[in-house]
Amino acid sequence: MKLRNKFKFDKRARQSLITYAMVIIAFVVVQILLATGSMTSLMKGLLVPLCVYAILAVSLNLTVGILGELSLGHAGFMCIGAFTGAFFSKCVQDVITIGWLRISIAIILGSAMAGLFGFLIGMPVLRLKGDYLAIVTLGFGEIIKTVVNVVYIGRDENGFHFSIKSNMDLNMTENGKTIVKGAQGITGTPKDATFTIGIILLLVTLFIVLNLINSRDGRAIMAIRDNRIAAESVGINITKYKLMAFSISAALAGSAGVLYAHNLNTLTASTNNFGYNMSINILVFVVLGGIGNIRGSIIGAVILTLLPELLRSFNLDNLRMLIYAIILIVVMLFNSAPSFIQFREKVTAVVKSKLPKKGGVN
Amino acid sequence: MALLEVKSLGISFGGLRAVDNLNVSIEQGKLYGLIGPNGAGKTTIFNLLTGVYKPSDGFITLDGVDITGKSTIEINKAGIARTFQNIRLFKGMSVIDNVKIGLHNGNGYSTIEGILRLPRYHKVEKEMQEKALELLKVFDLDSEAETLASNLPYGKQRKLEIARALATNPKLLLLDEPAAGMNPQETLALMETIQFVRKHFNMTILLIEHDMKLVSGICEELTVLNFGQVLAQGETSEVLNNPDVIKAYLGE
Ligand SMILES: Nc1ncnc2c1ncn2[C@@H]1O[C@H](COP(=O)(O)OP(=O)(O)O)[C@@H](O)[C@H]1O
Ligand SMILES: [Mg+2]
Repeated sequence: MKLRNKFKFDKRARQSLITYAMVIIAFVVVQILLATGSMTSLMKGLLVPLCVYAILAVSLNLTVGILGELSLGHAGFMCIGAFTGAFFSKCVQDVITIGWLRISIAIILGSAMAGLFGFLIGMPVLRLKGDYLAIVTLGFGEIIKTVVNVVYIGRDENGFHFSIKSNMDLNMTENGKTIVKGAQGITGTPKDATFTIGIILLLVTLFIVLNLINSRDGRAIMAIRDNRIAAESVGINITKYKLMAFSISAALAGSAGVLYAHNLNTLTASTNNFGYNMSINILVFVVLGGIGNIRGSIIGAVILTLLPELLRSFNLDNLRMLIYAIILIVVMLFNSAPSFIQFREKVTAVVKSKLPKKGGVN
Repeated sequence: MALLEVKSLGISFGGLRAVDNLNVSIEQGKLYGLIGPNGAGKTTIFNLLTGVYKPSDGFITLDGVDITGKSTIEINKAGIARTFQNIRLFKGMSVIDNVKIGLHNGNGYSTIEGILRLPRYHKVEKEMQEKALELLKVFDLDSEAETLASNLPYGKQRKLEIARALATNPKLLLLDEPAAGMNPQETLALMETIQFVRKHFNMTILLIEHDMKLVSGICEELTVLNFGQVLAQGETSEVLNNPDVIKAYLGE
């Protein structure tokens, strides 16, 4: 009895370890490819974005898969993180000159800000369910993006100046410098993001999410997902745990945003990077990787980010969207169509019966 | 003083008086039955007792504490746990995790301790694992601890619901048609389990059944309900011989 329980307990820990190992192996492989010079510059350029998308997918999966609520505003939290982090790094550019230290502080600030917004937005909107929640989060995502587009912040010897009208309205002295310039965003953020930092951030994200899921709070969150009424009947505080999951998810999206911002020369809030396009893209990663499957989210994000580039490099550019769509449909069928699931179970059963039985533990 | 005191409790849904002027008092340690035909208002009474519905009239006190109008969560913390007529398990979670959800409020560590896997996490998780297994053993479910709750056969799902409710360490356990959908043998075994739970945990139990024979076997006191009204109330033997009950409910 004891032995079996220990074994089962270890099974979850082992699943988490496999996920960490997968990320670390990917990191090592990339390092080898880099060292041997066998990576194209196009691929090199994708390394940091891959980390960004993987973190976004994992964090969204916390809301969609673990909490079971559909959010279409995830890019909004990424946006908050990105601008907070970039703003900080631009301000301290000359004070803190060590790149990794600067971006680490920026990540903490960016995720704290995004988490705070997740909390504030979550309080009213998490009362809604299903499609209603999806629409409202979509709306908030767009609002965040739009508001960021009209913000002007500058600094002169008298301190910070703020406006939502124009650069002129900042009323700065001649020495004043604009840091956030409305629709033109933030220019000249130090490029502190590296693949190594991205991988570390991804591992930290995984650590937080996986440990949360396999803890008392994570169980409460999943209980709400599975049956709200029953969860209430055993005294689970629904509001508290919904907000917890949503805020942590937002904070992690914010950290991805900081990473993203430190990989660009110019950070603007456009539809493509922080709008619903991005939110939907992240959701597609999650759905493709399997809702509630954290490891799958990373795989989904990586495959769907690399696929268009690979197809491009194989000169299949005109078939790109077609192949992309077909792969999406096939994977979704594979993951969720009942007949496919049956087929998969049959295959695993056959494979298992062919394998030699392990002794001791059944 | 009785553990549960219900005074002139009532609720209306629009024009429908689903429960009217209900007075019940249940002593600590009793096994009390609530019976009546479908639609009589039995489940509604459970929903009133657990704060799912707010009563239009009346008062509820548990162990001397007024719980009228309190939220479901507060009422659970005050000491009432329940099962559901339509089973409500956490289907995507394992059997043992379902019970651990019931243990949630009684055993704690902070979110940070959980994420960073600090010593208290390991200590409390170990305690919860042991307590949950102990409870599962009572219901003969310990060998299926890691099974997905939705993969359990029907009868075991009902048992798991009881185990989960007990995990919240209640003073009063409400069981809504626990034998629904079971065959006679399963029902018999379940009734034995219920009696065992009562003795083992010194539990006060309020049980809904629409099968009169079944309840009369194990309940000491009954309330018979019809169209939201109390038809008869008292010792089981008296109630069963009540001419009104015989006429209206037992039929023929
Ligand atoms: N939320 C509700 N809104 C309207 N009517 C309800 C509601 N809940 C229960 N009722 C009505 O109250 C009556 C009693 O239902 P219920 O308590 O479920 O009966 P049962 O004794 O079979 O458990 C039924 O007529 C039912 O339709
Ligand atoms: Mg009922």
